[in-house]
Amino acid sequence: MNDARPRLIAHIENATLAFGERVILKNCTLDIVEGAITCIIGLSGAGKSTILRLLDGLLLPSEGHVYVRNQDICHMSEEQRNRVRRKISLSFQFSALLDSLTVGENVALPLREHTRLSEAEIRRTVMDSLESVGLAHAYDNLPGELSGGMLKRAGFARAIVTRPELVLYDEPTTGLDPIVTNLITDTILRLREKLKGTAVVISHDLQSIFGMADYVAMLFEGAIIACDSAERIRNSTNPIVQQFLQGSEIGPIPI
Amino acid sequence: MKFLDRFGRATSDFFEYAGGLTLLSAETIGFMARLRIRIAETISQCALLGVHSAIIVMLTSLFTGMVISLESAQQAVAYGFANVVGGAVAYASVRELGPMLTAVVVAGRVGSAIAAELGSMVVTEQIEALRSMGLEPSRFLVVPRLLALLLMLPLLTIFADVVSIAGGAWIAQTYAHISYDAFISSVRQSIDVPDILKGLLKSIVFAIIIAMVGAYQGLSTRGGAAGVGQSTTSAVVLAIILIFASNFLLTFLLFG
Repeated sequence: MNDARPRLIAHIENATLAFGERVILKNCTLDIVEGAITCIIGLSGAGKSTILRLLDGLLLPSEGHVYVRNQDICHMSEEQRNRVRRKISLSFQFSALLDSLTVGENVALPLREHTRLSEAEIRRTVMDSLESVGLAHAYDNLPGELSGGMLKRAGFARAIVTRPELVLYDEPTTGLDPIVTNLITDTILRLREKLKGTAVVISHDLQSIFGMADYVAMLFEGAIIACDSAERIRNSTNPIVQQFLQGSEIGPIPI
Repeated sequence: MKFLDRFGRATSDFFEYAGGLTLLSAETIGFMARLRIRIAETISQCALLGVHSAIIVMLTSLFTGMVISLESAQQAVAYGFANVVGGAVAYASVRELGPMLTAVVVAGRVGSAIAAELGSMVVTEQIEALRSMGLEPSRFLVVPRLLALLLMLPLLTIFADVVSIAGGAWIAQTYAHISYDAFISSVRQSIDVPDILKGLLKSIVFAIIIAMVGAYQGLSTRGGAAGVGQSTTSAVVLAIILIFASNFLLTFLLFG
């Protein structure tokens, strides 16, 4: 990144990760700037979601390091990692709400498990969180009773209820209509303002990405090949980035 | 070479499975020992896994008791030993069939349910969501299920023993005209409290097998809906095999 040494909340350093013989990430390095929205773009199956899971400590690289607040989470016990995870939230692509609990219970879960708040305080915080994504009316609904867009927003509400320092959004707009996509993009921006936190977003929706990103990183063949401000990435001369942004079949990206 | 390769892979798979199952069990028991228990969820699991299994346990044990009584009453009456029918039914029920049949029925109903539920949670990323919230799936999901089975399987076993003996008494009275008094007296002469306790000890071991195999299979699910189906089947098959094997071992140690 070209700006004068912005403060980092997380940093992936030369991470390599393989599932069996399939190498997903190879010497991947990425900085996550505090207070900014960083969007990660790349081909389907390139390993973008894997990067989010590395940042959350759900996956560990076979080589390299992942730092959150300057602590290497790769060399921590699971209990220590759980403590770090309380400052990070992952909003899943398909929301991953527990289907046996109501929306309200799902959102309340991290508060019930990790805080000593009273039931009244938990309810108030949960309602506040649900209101911020426009879902206060869905408190008593089961996840199975919600539409795709509502599920995503309920997942957001759960992700932000503990006021995390870093929120990771895994494909928040995939499969949604343009109106809900705009609504979700606005919600991410509003939540960033409200929480004064950092967000990492994975998306294929370029309009949505350039509507919210401070920084954009492009993942290609297991490594970040470009990471800069959204404007610089849009005007990048890197042929791979340009081919991806134009959606062209002609260029260095093998089809 | 192919044989060696396959043998090596099977051996490595076996140890990987056994190691994973042992680690999950140790982690789960560790949380239980530190009393990190979700009580409301455990009570709810007691109802789901235990109370809802009562009817099927009752039916299987009733018919089993009736069959043992029918078979033994025929022979006993023919040879003039009608007074041992109650003992035969009670002996078989309390020491062997009560704990084992109950466990097999519960493995079929509950072990599969645990594997299917946890397996679906894996493929819909719910388990990963728990981990990302800093919650251990073993504490959150496995502890309540194990604890529920540890409480409910012995109770179901006692229930099965009683129903089996009652069914046997009814058949003995109807078919061989052995009075209820004679039947009960024979039961009392044949079994004592240690027999019942040893039967219950077996049911505790079986409860651990059903819960842990179901949970481990569920949590190791890979590959979507097909994977969930495979985990469910494997959980039942493996649990039943382990129940039979451990039953032999326990009978040898306790009654041998």
